[in-house]
Amino acid sequence: MAMTQQEILAGLSEIIDEIAGVPADEVTPEKTFVDDLDIDSLSMVEIAVAAQDKFGVEIPDDQLKDLKTVQDVVDYVGRASVSA
Amino acid sequence: MPNDPTRVVVTGLGATTPVGGDAPSTWQAMLAGRSGVSALTDDWAQRLPCQIAARAAVEPTTVVDRVQARKLDRCEMFALAAAREAWADAGSPEVDPLRLGVVVASGIGGIGSVLAAYDTLKEKGWSRLSPFTVPMLMPNGSAGWISLELGARAGVHTPVSACASGAEAIGYGIDMIRSGRADIVLAGGTEAAIMELNIAAFAAMRALSLRNDEPERASRPFDKGRDGFVLGEGAGMVVLESESHAASRNARVYAVAAGAGYSADAHHIAQPDPDGAGAVLAIRRALENARVTAAQVTHVNAHATSTPAGDVVEAQAIAAALGEVAASVVVSATKSMTGHLLGGAGAVESVAAIMALHDRTAPPTINVDDLEDDLGVEIAVKPTDLNPRGPEPMAVINNSFGFGGHNVAVVFTAA
Repeated sequence: MAMTQQEILAGLSEIIDEIAGVPADEVTPEKTFVDDLDIDSLSMVEIAVAAQDKFGVEIPDDQLKDLKTVQDVVDYVGRASVSA
Repeated sequence: MPNDPTRVVVTGLGATTPVGGDAPSTWQAMLAGRSGVSALTDDWAQRLPCQIAARAAVEPTTVVDRVQARKLDRCEMFALAAAREAWADAGSPEVDPLRLGVVVASGIGGIGSVLAAYDTLKEKGWSRLSPFTVPMLMPNGSAGWISLELGARAGVHTPVSACASGAEAIGYGIDMIRSGRADIVLAGGTEAAIMELNIAAFAAMRALSLRNDEPERASRPFDKGRDGFVLGEGAGMVVLESESHAASRNARVYAVAAGAGYSADAHHIAQPDPDGAGAVLAIRRALENARVTAAQVTHVNAHATSTPAGDVVEAQAIAAALGEVAASVVVSATKSMTGHLLGGAGAVESVAAIMALHDRTAPPTINVDDLEDDLGVEIAVKPTDLNPRGPEPMAVINNSFGFGGHNVAVVFTAA
């Protein structure tokens, strides 16, 4: 069953809180990981691995580098889980 | 010389040890003669001949926040906790970042992270390794994190000399200030190695006490019944500052970090030279470097780990190096309480030596029921008053020796 955007955002927020300590209410779709949420590229790798496990999707490194905002990840996971 | 820019003083102290979560509680526990050694209840310990160790009194995860802790080895958490305490204790000084240095050592570095990462690699594959695995396992990780936190940019260094590392870091820090590279240096050492592999490896060397039925009695330097050291964990830090910089901000001064001396045994990779020549040389060089005479020295915090071979050689080396005053020099082995913190030892014991000088009291060596013969120095078995012998400032020494043949002595004098 496909996840809604809200479900993906909620799951992603949990991961970001766990790994980077950013409270869920600050993780809004337009935020960029590096500039707005102050998440470095190493923590971004951790978040991506956790997202792969949680949502059952693959996020290859060459895709990860293009995921700049929270919405980018939500969209990517939404597309990848439909095609999976 | 007052306000000499090349004279170095100690303006802050920090420690997290098996007997206390900070420097004041550690010092009070030492004066009270409290042991930090206990039985290891971990499943893995039941497979080993040694089942005792001195765990930190305060878990570092209660000091470092959860998100940062994910990126840190346990030894880095200890280092950050002690560094924050030392920095705050010094009054969080304002200093040009380009004139602030960090010298923080470790004997082994992030060995716990190595072991955990290898398990992850074998069980789950490379992609499940934390992206922070490398900065967690590198021995200079603690120094790097402290530099980041303080914004220190004069230079960040990590001398590695096994159990002499912490003392060597303080010596290096003194030299950084004397040579004009920095006004303030945060220096010390850290270790977190109470794990199956390390205990097993030290047991394979026959280096550990096997007094499993009496953990608190196991570490007993200078006692005839000693049978090896007890592994401890934790960190010690000092804030070193040029006397002129400290004076300019009216900083509280604990002591003068007067100098350090070094030598190498070139005798055996892990056993002390039985004639103690290297230790004698390090102590003499330290006095020379500090411009201190033997007559000024009233106290030595000995390396004394409670191994059969090392303690007597060291006591005799102290006696030989200090000559005619040796019989009235009060020697303490605080490892009798903290266990052996490896790369953290020289730093924690420098903190203890500085507090002994400051309070004019040598801490006790516990568990000395049957003192070794012919040591040539007085072993403090209870808190012992220290008094200067003449008008010159009283001096104390911290000895630290390491596998590899490293000998380091650091001299502190009364402020």
